[in-house]
Amino acid sequence: MDFLLQGFLQGFFLLLSGDPETYSAIWATVAASTMAMIASLTLGIPLGFLLGHKSFRGKKIVRTLVDTLLSFPTVVIGLLVYAFLTHRGPFGGAGLLFTLPAIAIGQTILGLPVIIAMTATAVEALDKRLPMTLITLGANSRQILWATVVEARFSIMLAAVSAYGRIVSEVGISMMVGGNIKWHTRTITTAISLETGKGEFAMGIALGMVLLTVALTVNIMASGLKRKAVK
Amino acid sequence: MKRFTAPALCLLLVLTLALPALAADKTLLMATTTSTANTGLLDELIVPMYLKDTGVEIKFVAVGTGKALKMAEGCDVDVVLVHAPDAEKAYVDSGVLMDRRELMYNDFVIVGPTADPAGIKGMSVINALKAIEGAQAVFTSRGDNSGTHQMEQSLWTSAGLAIPEKQIWYVQTGQGMIATINVAAEKNGYTMTDRGTYIKYADTKGGNPPMVVLVEGDTVLFNQYSGLAVNPAKCPNVKYDMAKQYIDWMASPAVQQAIGNFKLLGKPLFTPNAK
Repeated sequence: MDFLLQGFLQGFFLLLSGDPETYSAIWATVAASTMAMIASLTLGIPLGFLLGHKSFRGKKIVRTLVDTLLSFPTVVIGLLVYAFLTHRGPFGGAGLLFTLPAIAIGQTILGLPVIIAMTATAVEALDKRLPMTLITLGANSRQILWATVVEARFSIMLAAVSAYGRIVSEVGISMMVGGNIKWHTRTITTAISLETGKGEFAMGIALGMVLLTVALTVNIMASGLKRKAVK
Repeated sequence: MKRFTAPALCLLLVLTLALPALAADKTLLMATTTSTANTGLLDELIVPMYLKDTGVEIKFVAVGTGKALKMAEGCDVDVVLVHAPDAEKAYVDSGVLMDRRELMYNDFVIVGPTADPAGIKGMSVINALKAIEGAQAVFTSRGDNSGTHQMEQSLWTSAGLAIPEKQIWYVQTGQGMIATINVAAEKNGYTMTDRGTYIKYADTKGGNPPMVVLVEGDTVLFNQYSGLAVNPAKCPNVKYDMAKQYIDWMASPAVQQAIGNFKLLGKPLFTPNAK
């Protein structure tokens, strides 16, 4: 039991003392998750908009598929990305395996369904007269997309926060395609997994606290943005 | 302007991350076992020493021996440091790996609770396994095709017993060695571990662990670690010359001596034996 308190205190110590191993893991976590978030948002918002806005044949099937992908196990995503990136795989020549971009690719697959599904729901929930009004005002389809996204911005921000929560806390993908290489692809979660494997439970708790602190910082920044958006 | 900021940032980020990878001639990618990583041998001794001697950074991925060999087969690493001689020889025969060189050893031990419910203390391995089976005492197994797991399976077989795959007292964790020792401790059972990892485990328990060594010193418990280079004929992308250089460095007298001097709780974790 005593490792809980010890880990809690150690977590603050690691952050305040500027421990290089911890900050290297924080950097790896932030870098991979930022790349994954940018990719998820740039791909996911337009796709989610299309899914919520347009009606087409098989829309229900696509919707069910996207909702199912919300439950995609991270280890399976890791395996799939590994299969594509291994030197014997189709994209082996890119030399991406065991790098941060490889982790980001996997995490994008993890975050994308969250963004698509929640954006689609948000767009569907908007006043049905909005697109009609925009068309009457002579908006083209890109302007409709932009105006809709602006209207649904809080729900989309919620989608982003949810996706970020999933991405930043996953361990299966990072372990599988990142390889947990010290100073390079060791993220906070793979470090926790390693420390627990080494029997250093207090260190595992400490790193867990560090991850929560990072997440807290990101969420404070996001809510700051939200306040700005309201003004 | 604003529209381009996000993609531009994204591109910049990818470039900054990709550049070191492109310029990464001075790194060697190694797949190794959890025992060499968890004991701290690589992080605290080998990696910094090699960087100082040659300017080459070793990046290692610590997995079970089975997966380490699979990574070599996929051309994803340059060199492996593993401990499953039979499996290694099979990979050498199939041409995936070459230049196998024995570097160091430790030994396996059977550990259990101080109370020793099956009464195996001081027995030979074969009698100990029979006693555990007879008493239906909990035995935790790695269950992950690692070097330790392969060794354990071969011991059940040489004791003339079937691998107790489906027995309720046989617990396969599928996790690393220290995690497996912890499961055994929680269940008041036994497990087999390499001595280096056991010493590390004892160290994390403040030198007073609930699990103690009960069976040791049997010749069948010998645990040989070897370095092998990935064959460039099968994998043109690997850095064969650097891998070879690394294996020879590991076998050099100075490094061998340093490995012998690497101690925890005053006990050596590995014994060098390169020829």
